[in-house]
Amino acid sequence: MAILEVKGVNKNFGGLAALSDVNLSVQESTVHAIIGPNGAGKSTLLNCLVGKLMPDSGSVMFDGQSVLGLKPHEINQMGISRVFQTPEIFGDLTVLENIMIPCFAKRDGAFRMHAFEQFAHETELIDRSDGILADVSMADQRDAHAASLSRGDKRRLEMAMCLVQEPRLLLLDEPTAGMARADTNNTIDLLKEINRKRDITMVIIEHDMHVVFSLAERITVLAQGTPLVEDTPDNIKGNPKVQEAYLGESQN
Amino acid sequence: MLGLNKKDTSLFLVIVVLTILAPLLLNPFPSETALAQFNAGYPDLMQRFVVFGIFAIGFNILFGLTGYLSFGHAAFLGIGSYSAVWIYKLFTYNVLPALVLAIIVSGFFAVLIGYVSLRRSGIYFSILTLAFAQMSFALAYSVLSNPKFNLTNGETGLQVYANDLQLFHRESLPDFPHLFGLSMGSTYKLGAGPWEFQFNVAYYFCAIMMILAFYFAIRLFRSPFGMMLRAVKSNQQRLNYTGLNSRPYMLAAFVISGMYAGLAGGLLAVTDPLAGAERMQWTASGEVVLMTILGGTGTLIGPVLGAGFIKYFENIFSKINDQVLHQWFTFLPDGLEDFLVAIVHPFIGKGWHLTLGILFMLVVIFLPGGLVEGGQRVERAVRRLMRRGKAADAANVSAE
Repeated sequence: MAILEVKGVNKNFGGLAALSDVNLSVQESTVHAIIGPNGAGKSTLLNCLVGKLMPDSGSVMFDGQSVLGLKPHEINQMGISRVFQTPEIFGDLTVLENIMIPCFAKRDGAFRMHAFEQFAHETELIDRSDGILADVSMADQRDAHAASLSRGDKRRLEMAMCLVQEPRLLLLDEPTAGMARADTNNTIDLLKEINRKRDITMVIIEHDMHVVFSLAERITVLAQGTPLVEDTPDNIKGNPKVQEAYLGESQN
Repeated sequence: MLGLNKKDTSLFLVIVVLTILAPLLLNPFPSETALAQFNAGYPDLMQRFVVFGIFAIGFNILFGLTGYLSFGHAAFLGIGSYSAVWIYKLFTYNVLPALVLAIIVSGFFAVLIGYVSLRRSGIYFSILTLAFAQMSFALAYSVLSNPKFNLTNGETGLQVYANDLQLFHRESLPDFPHLFGLSMGSTYKLGAGPWEFQFNVAYYFCAIMMILAFYFAIRLFRSPFGMMLRAVKSNQQRLNYTGLNSRPYMLAAFVISGMYAGLAGGLLAVTDPLAGAERMQWTASGEVVLMTILGGTGTLIGPVLGAGFIKYFENIFSKINDQVLHQWFTFLPDGLEDFLVAIVHPFIGKGWHLTLGILFMLVVIFLPGGLVEGGQRVERAVRRLMRRGKAADAANVSAE
């Protein structure tokens, strides 16, 4: 069953058509990659899914419900989490607090006036946060300031913040950009495990073909704002159109 | 204790002890000596310490936690004062209903002003709040003060007149704000040798209010709600993409902070039963910003320190005049004495703002964390010295 259904989405910036007639169907529990050369509209598409941008026309359905016109926090509360291209975390807060915030969001919804409650009393949420920190092997950095983490750790923290919400759909915008090979492989393993164990559907935008082919079950190739093909990784590799538009370009 | 951790409890107890003992601690100089003019232990000034302390604590909840710089908080101060005086005029001089109304009305205005202003962030938010405050000032100063409908009594300021309704006022009750008959104006004077200490009812009433306000602020800072506000300051976009709606959090912070200002305004009318429009002017809004930054933005105790600092220097420096300066420099040769007095002259009396400005610049440049950071630096330096001393001792012992 398709958990995310994008139909006929158009988005123009001034005279520039960033997206034209994009259709995308993501099956539940799969990893779906979106690839394409720079300026193909990948990030624009992602921004349309999370409420940052409003498409000019078309529809975006998540689990049978339209997400268009909803605010980012409402879309998140439906079960869509997003990992950004540059890690977006709460730099002034500790690592534990960074994880606690999505825990509160999950339990209490978009707003709750807990001004007279005590942080230390939330043992259940603290335990859960400690658990997820152990999962991403960051338990020893629990009380560090998030801003002081290395870039790789910031990414893992952001991932953990998304995971602790148990989203149904996880959107990843170049999760390995700027990483060393070893870190990249760790991230691939982590994502595979997340997908398998937690049964989270993923849409991933990525430039690194190694990552794409190790993770994705379906691949959509975007070029100049339109989907070129959508197929399995093996077929994409052999597709001459894709070679021409993207792979060929990167091999030269 | 009281749901506070160890460190916060001790901080809280320090504040409690300091405010209770303030009439003693702030009067270190015997009353007949030349130094007595540096004493701050008289009711009028102490009241201002705690009232503006409350104002700054509340302001810090908004500015310190969320980073939204309101430049119009004095509006709530004025609204609080007007509300309290209206209770005096219509019903009773009892301060409790006056304060309750002050908090409610300022909270109501904070909802309106916050709802509109929080649609923008950064400098635009500041400008919107400033615009609202100046509008409130204009309303209070002229618009709402005409013969047909006189809510604020304009330039003169709102005060209680003999022919006012005062429904629940009785002959037996004092003609001054009181707490169930205990007049806020009464002062107990304690002479101890050359010293004289003044224990004033209004001061202690305001001090208790500040202790309560401080306690609520600690609890709020340490609560999940406080964490969300810090998250707004740190990365609002991430907060929204994490399923939290930052807007009601911001509005709640704005309203709480506005109600603190309303309480402070009400307390100003407790110490002196009148309300004037100048209380809402932008300089008053700017003053609370200075207090918070000077003391240490985002720290618990900083705003209180900042408020005390500014109010102290406002009073002391503005009291010093050329005559006092001549007394100080009298040991110098005449020419030099006149010269020094001429140099210092612009910084005292009416020129005390100049001194305050210089102090403020020094703090912002050398202590960006405010007086609190200064305190921390001193503490660290002392620790280092003590450690070095211990290490030296240890070395001596091993050498022997």
